[in-house]
Amino acid sequence: MALVSVRGLTKSFQRDSQPITVFDGLDLEFAEGSFTALMGPSGSGKSTLLNLIAGLDQPTSGTVTVGDAVVSAMGPGALAVWRSRHVGFVFQSYNLLPVLTAYQNVELPLLLTRLSKAERHDHVMTALGVVGLTDRAEHFPRQMSGGQEQRVAIARAVVSDPTIILLDEPTGQLDARSAAEVLELLQRLNREFHKTIIMVTHDPHAAQAAGMTLHLDKGVLTA
Amino acid sequence: MKFFPLVWANLTRHKRRTVLTTLSVALALFLFASLRSVLTTLRAGAEVGSESRMIVQSAKAIVFFLPMSYRERLLAVPGVQAVTWADWFGGVYQDPKNFFASFAADPESYLDMYRSDFTLPADQRAAFIKERTACIVGQHLLEKYGWKLGQNVTLQGTIFQGDWTFTIRGVYHATSPAFSEDALMFHYEMVYERYPGWVQPGWYVLQLKDPSLAPQVAAAIDSEFKNSSDPTKTGTERAFNAGFVTMWGNVSFLMDSIGMAVVFAILLVAANSMMLSARERTNEVGVLKTVGFSDRLLFGLVMAEASTIALGGAVLGLGAAKALYRPTGFSAMGFLPGFDVTAGTLALGLGIAVVLALASGLVPAWTAARLSAVAALRHVE
Repeated sequence: MALVSVRGLTKSFQRDSQPITVFDGLDLEFAEGSFTALMGPSGSGKSTLLNLIAGLDQPTSGTVTVGDAVVSAMGPGALAVWRSRHVGFVFQSYNLLPVLTAYQNVELPLLLTRLSKAERHDHVMTALGVVGLTDRAEHFPRQMSGGQEQRVAIARAVVSDPTIILLDEPTGQLDARSAAEVLELLQRLNREFHKTIIMVTHDPHAAQAAGMTLHLDKGVLTA
Repeated sequence: MKFFPLVWANLTRHKRRTVLTTLSVALALFLFASLRSVLTTLRAGAEVGSESRMIVQSAKAIVFFLPMSYRERLLAVPGVQAVTWADWFGGVYQDPKNFFASFAADPESYLDMYRSDFTLPADQRAAFIKERTACIVGQHLLEKYGWKLGQNVTLQGTIFQGDWTFTIRGVYHATSPAFSEDALMFHYEMVYERYPGWVQPGWYVLQLKDPSLAPQVAAAIDSEFKNSSDPTKTGTERAFNAGFVTMWGNVSFLMDSIGMAVVFAILLVAANSMMLSARERTNEVGVLKTVGFSDRLLFGLVMAEASTIALGGAVLGLGAAKALYRPTGFSAMGFLPGFDVTAGTLALGLGIAVVLALASGLVPAWTAARLSAVAALRHVE
């Protein structure tokens, strides 16, 4: 059963007054509980697709549906609420807030819920436990390694138990050992917690960790 | 409240910058409160003088003396109940910077004239009147220089040259806001005897039988001395005080305009610093939007940061002004008795802080709210 459905997706924008078309009628589905790697050369539209699924960007035409939500038809306010409940996003450069501790970074999505402080604490510690960093809760990002920072970012992405986890080159800035730990963690999230994961990557080793790999080239699905 | 740690973390991101920005706002509002209080005190002083007392001064200028012979003639004017006189002394104590109001007066008639404006124990009053080299001082002046009752105090004359030693025989407490406690008064005879051919009363003070007679009394006095070598200018004490404020008019304007320009310049610097701080975090705005923070919430968080700095600075600056002047009895060496930061000034200062919060917070808050998450994430410093 498809959790994410992309239909007739067109996305174009202007760059230096030149119209650039990224997608022109793309159709695509991601099954619920799947772990998919999206590969392709730079400029092929991988990250743009991820942004469109997360509702961070709007398509020129076509629809993006996640579960029951037609993401492409939502306004900014509704999208923010929907994202806070259904999307966990992980960036290549971690993007933790440097002034917040690991605990506070992971707590950010929960501030948007009605959970009490004690409930938020339980959720945060559970998420940090999943990524194996409960002992680093009070550390700031600058006090952690890249691999640890990325695991905190993954904890932030899963803490609100989202419908889908989107990752944009999560191992791009990590050494081989840290990358392997992160990929193992993602596999666990998919296998044990049945999370639907879509991961953009350039790294064939990372793609191997996913159950399925899709290739994009110039906005077209090639495999 | 659950978002406060986020606001606080952002404020303490660059502690030194936040502290300096807050102090800039505090300094600007302290200056504003101080300058405005000079003006409000001057204006208040013009409104608290008595309507039943009149001042007779030289029509040429207040620095010219009036003949002693005028005393009897003034007392004879219908409607005048009592007359006293005084001279501005203008001495300094030990150092030129220790300057305060000092004047020579006819002791008994002067104390009677102003008996409703201050309190002086009866035994001290008697001792002061009895002893020619005695003086009385305000409570605040006594405390300021650590003087004691019975102590000899030597002033250096600036108008009447030489050293002048007086014995403190009385300490008065002002009961009228227009009466300064930063003053020293001694016997007129002291200067008259040292400068017999020159010194005369600097101004006369009249007590009227009825305040409603003031216009007729003023007209009668000025008319009587109109063709003499020392014509007079007579008015109520309140008008006399208002005249001083008018003399300050241009100074007030300068203080008002230059002061406000300085305040405005400091506020602009503070606002720029606050906006810079928000601009540096554009990428983080993208992260928060990705997490699910709404445009409205981000707008509120940025405004909360700006408001905390602006209002924190206001509390510091305005609070310091309020705490500093009145409790320490500041009166600008007696020239601004009753100097205080009024509730109106505090409210206006707080209003400026709110405007600053809006001016410095609205642009970055609006930008943060309107910026798309993707554009914010792509932002590179």
